[in-house]
Amino acid sequence: MNLRPRIPSGPLANKWDNHKFRIKLVNPANRRKYRVIVVGSGLAGGSAAASLGELGYNVLCFCYQDSPRRAHSIAAQGGINASKNYQNDGDSDYRLFYDTIKGGDYRSREANVYRLAQLSGNIIDQCVAQGVPFAREYGGLLANRSFGGAQVSRTFYARGQTGQQLLLGAYNALSRQIGLGQVKMYNRHEMLDLVLVNGHAKGIVTRNLVTGQIESWSADAVILATGGYSNVFFLSTNAAGCNVTAAFRAYKQGAGFANPCYTQIHPTCIPQAGDHQSKLTLMSESLRNDGRVWVPKDAGDCQKEPREIAEEDRDYYLERKYPSFGNLAPRDISSRSAKEACDDGRGVGPGGQGVYLDFSDAISRLGRSTIEERYGNLFEMYERITGENAYDRPMRIYPALHYTMGGLWVDYNLQSTIPGCFVLGEANFSDHGANRLGASALMQGLADGYFIIPYTLANYLAETGAGAPSTDGREFKDVEAGVKARIDRLLSANGKRSARSFHMELGKIVWEYCGMARNAAGLQKGLELIPSLREEFWSDLRVTGQGEELNMELERAGRVADFLEFGELMMRDALDRDESCGGHFREEHQTKEGEAVRDDENFTNVSVWEYKGEKAPPVKHTEDLHFEDVSPSVRSYK
Amino acid sequence: MKLNLKIWRQKNSAVTGRLVDYQLDDVSPDSSFLEMLDLLNEQLVSEGEEPVAFDHDCREGICGTCSLNINGIPHGPQKATTTCQLHMRHFEDGETIVIEPFRAKPFPVISDLIIDRSAFEGITQAGGFITARTGSAPDGNSIAVRKNIAEKAMDAASCIGCGACVAACKNASAMLYVGAKVSHLNLLPQGAAEKDRRVLSMVWQMDRAGFGNCTNYGECSAVCPKEIPLDVIAKMNRDYAVATVKNIFTQAM
Repeated sequence: MNLRPRIPSGPLANKWDNHKFRIKLVNPANRRKYRVIVVGSGLAGGSAAASLGELGYNVLCFCYQDSPRRAHSIAAQGGINASKNYQNDGDSDYRLFYDTIKGGDYRSREANVYRLAQLSGNIIDQCVAQGVPFAREYGGLLANRSFGGAQVSRTFYARGQTGQQLLLGAYNALSRQIGLGQVKMYNRHEMLDLVLVNGHAKGIVTRNLVTGQIESWSADAVILATGGYSNVFFLSTNAAGCNVTAAFRAYKQGAGFANPCYTQIHPTCIPQAGDHQSKLTLMSESLRNDGRVWVPKDAGDCQKEPREIAEEDRDYYLERKYPSFGNLAPRDISSRSAKEACDDGRGVGPGGQGVYLDFSDAISRLGRSTIEERYGNLFEMYERITGENAYDRPMRIYPALHYTMGGLWVDYNLQSTIPGCFVLGEANFSDHGANRLGASALMQGLADGYFIIPYTLANYLAETGAGAPSTDGREFKDVEAGVKARIDRLLSANGKRSARSFHMELGKIVWEYCGMARNAAGLQKGLELIPSLREEFWSDLRVTGQGEELNMELERAGRVADFLEFGELMMRDALDRDESCGGHFREEHQTKEGEAVRDDENFTNVSVWEYKGEKAPPVKHTEDLHFEDVSPSVRSYK
Repeated sequence: MKLNLKIWRQKNSAVTGRLVDYQLDDVSPDSSFLEMLDLLNEQLVSEGEEPVAFDHDCREGICGTCSLNINGIPHGPQKATTTCQLHMRHFEDGETIVIEPFRAKPFPVISDLIIDRSAFEGITQAGGFITARTGSAPDGNSIAVRKNIAEKAMDAASCIGCGACVAACKNASAMLYVGAKVSHLNLLPQGAAEKDRRVLSMVWQMDRAGFGNCTNYGECSAVCPKEIPLDVIAKMNRDYAVATVKNIFTQAM
């Protein structure tokens, strides 16, 4: 497996500029000769499809939703980081780079992260020009807020709906290109496999979710922007339809899968209320700007009304343990601290699985109207779900699966180990290392789509020349036959259990053994449980209906089948990475105070898994990470 | 809690549908409306019957995928709430609930409770954007936007494109949806250059797609899960009138 990262030479700050100059271009008149497939229409896919369409390429864009505007980027609440330094508080590209590398626990590539920081400002400019209604100050200029893991205010936001507004910006630009005929949009189409011709990605096979028709599409290159795999946990903050299928199919076709064990647990979600629950809902981390996290000091107080617990009987544990970052400590640290408090018997709410997030100080300091203006919609959302009013009573929060830093391995050009297969946004592994800082996912998705792929894709296209193959070729027919056989297998299992019941069971296994804290014994246990669950799935699955029609049971069964394989890969990676770093916390590797202990000597690298067929285990390769500008230190937020 | 459900079943767009009765026991009042339907579908699958097809995705009220007419009201009885955020604690034990797809001619039924809202896509493609090619933008702070204008634009931009406004309207008018988009982009200084052609193209496409006209009942805004105000329609009408008059003079010259 070729894992050459293709990092450009030269000083860190000049790498991207040098690279842009050195790589090949496609002449404007020649661009229409190229066809490009984009799978996914979120921030990464939508912005890529729009930008490539604008440049003059013929773009085919696919999404499983009924409109590209519904991709799950829409649910991001808090904001987007950029090193504009509009607040005059000492921000710079270098500081954003440094915070991101450190936040990622020194498990990401310096050059990629620096480029991300460099492009962050352009993203804000672009979005403002598109009409994204960012929050403003009275003078009419852009407002900022601060976010976890940073000591500067660099987060731009549109109330608690920043993801929605950024996505609508990209969607509007994409719609313009669809209207102009530059992009052909295929809604309600799910990619079920990737097609390689002579070792290069040249197409995909999709299922039309309305008619059930299986179709092949060919192109000069394929871009996957298909999001993350949090739904392997069944309960996560992801949309119900989010899945790993596209990325996992690419993996099975030869793309390396990097760091699948890096998952992020978001500290501020609404706790689970019962077994009926189909998803968890996130409350933006920005709430931690003004909310104070606490639990009772005494486990005996947990059942009391929170307002009856005196100030001195409360443990503001983040402020206590991390005085300089306090309630804004990074996500992994905040999440684990919440778990510790609950494990200590001091959790609140149903099942003792919750901690308080209290706004009473902020309300008395700033007034209720300011809090309402900042977080109004979040408070409403909380009330709709729990029936409780958070202006009067502290919110209850608990960590939940939220984002996955692992993904398909890509080089500096965002190309996977399969030539011609590019991976953007959450679907790749590139920029967040072992832990992502808040308000950085939107930044990465848009940097990849607007400002990186238009350059790096051109380089690939110029090298290979135009000429998408015919879908009548053997390669396409073979893959299509495989997709159909798999659907037939799902439909003919004739068992008794629904795909959903298997998904729930898988979710419980991965949450238990590969969740917030992991250990070797648990992971080994999980690695025994998943294959037997998978066996049961294939023998006892029941999918009603037919393949050639709208069939949501079949859609789900296909996704669950992939999660059942992927979950095993994730656990295998978690077992192999015998250190704690970022979101990957191995209980064997912690300080006396419960902080993560990295093993830089053995694990300053990226684990990349190569598929070796159904019978053989996957093989691990590594890409070593080199730190030239920062030196990995113990990540301290005290 | 126990529920009696009357649910619209329709295999596909080529056949006619009908309401079918289902009984559901043991629904948690803390579950959401869609989780209640999940429970029903699990029950149906276990009996070997085909589950009820319904659209849903984010389940946190922002993607706009879920729909449903619940007891005749788009997104059900709870104000400012999408179906996915509606919780069963707002219903009575033993209640009969009628569940149908959004009804509007431009939104044909695909299957059961799933409708085709692609008519909305065409309207955005016709003009629901600010032309700002990637890479061509000036510094974000070079364009000052008055705070109250930014807030108003944001109010309009919070539309989730679910189509409840159309479903609630006896004319199947899409003017709240289109008005929201026009207001968001036309209010901002960045959108000024294309203001006239935007409103003309979007309204033209809206009419072409078969959406009806507004007769000022306000049902759209009443059911809107994001509470988009009727002002956006007034704003659109004003911009449309101005653009039309300007057009006459431009063409005359």
